[in-house]
Amino acid sequence: MKTAPKIVRILLAAGYLLFISISFFIGFEPGVKIGNNFISFALEMVKILPIAFILIGLFEVWVKKETVERHLGKDSSYRGYIWSILLAGTTVGGLYVAFPVAYSLFRKGAGLSVIFTYLGAAAICRIPMIIFEASFLGVKFTLIRLITSLSLVIITSMVLGKYLEKKCYQMQKG
Amino acid sequence: MYYLYAFTGLLLLISFIANKEKTFRALKISIKRFVKIIPAFLAMLILVSIVLFLVPDETISRYLGNDNSYLGILVASFFGSIIFMPGFIAFPLCGILLSKGVTYMVLSAFTTTLMMVGVLTFPIEKEYLGTKVTILRNFISLLIALIVALTTGFFFGELF
Repeated sequence: MKTAPKIVRILLAAGYLLFISISFFIGFEPGVKIGNNFISFALEMVKILPIAFILIGLFEVWVKKETVERHLGKDSSYRGYIWSILLAGTTVGGLYVAFPVAYSLFRKGAGLSVIFTYLGAAAICRIPMIIFEASFLGVKFTLIRLITSLSLVIITSMVLGKYLEKKCYQMQKG
Repeated sequence: MYYLYAFTGLLLLISFIANKEKTFRALKISIKRFVKIIPAFLAMLILVSIVLFLVPDETISRYLGNDNSYLGILVASFFGSIIFMPGFIAFPLCGILLSKGVTYMVLSAFTTTLMMVGVLTFPIEKEYLGTKVTILRNFISLLIALIVALTTGFFFGELF
């Protein structure tokens, strides 16, 4: 999928804003509902994102490249995976927070397999979420899901990382 | 959540005492990166707000309660992939579905795709990973979710 030109995107966003504002004004229910969805999710992210980006900034400035390379780099063996899963467990929010973090790790020299493990683990084993899941669906369910998905994430990340390293893949901007 | 605010504040303070210049540089990086990704976040929020209107919770509940569990897995994976829902909404919903008789393996397919596969977060993911790798990662995640669902079904005796 190619990204639409800037002007198209701005027009679409403006159209959306106009539609929502008019809906609120005349009380058009679908528009009001969509607007409320937007606001509630935007608030949720505003609570998390500034913190996440401040921590990323501090990480960029204080943590040395050699440290990341040694612990999370290509030759970090199994320890890199353990670190990345622990880091993922404490990641808040969701994948949308994990992507900028992964980009920082990449710039500091972490291996691609480790980075994809981090992304996968950030999706499936964030600690607050696990507690929530276990309380609604039971410990047995949570354990089965966790063990299966985590091992699959590690295996596929190893393969994907190796494959992309061969192709000299680079993560983009940020 | 408040611990996180306190923790970040404390780190900033320590960093500031240790080295003013470095701290300002850190904040500059934070702001630059944040501003750069804002358009992608807005795109995602717009998509999310529309899709959640088109596919409300009741619709999901209705379709997941399908009698055929195998079909249920596919439907659940579809909804899990196209929907964006934070855990504090998703798991209570799953709890309700469970009490209504939806099988564990269908719920497993739903929650795992919900967490790992992100059609709506595509605008953000693409900015960092590029289009090709984004599609690849999401496809792999979908396969993982299906395997996880079948494994769950096996252990709960729902497979046969």
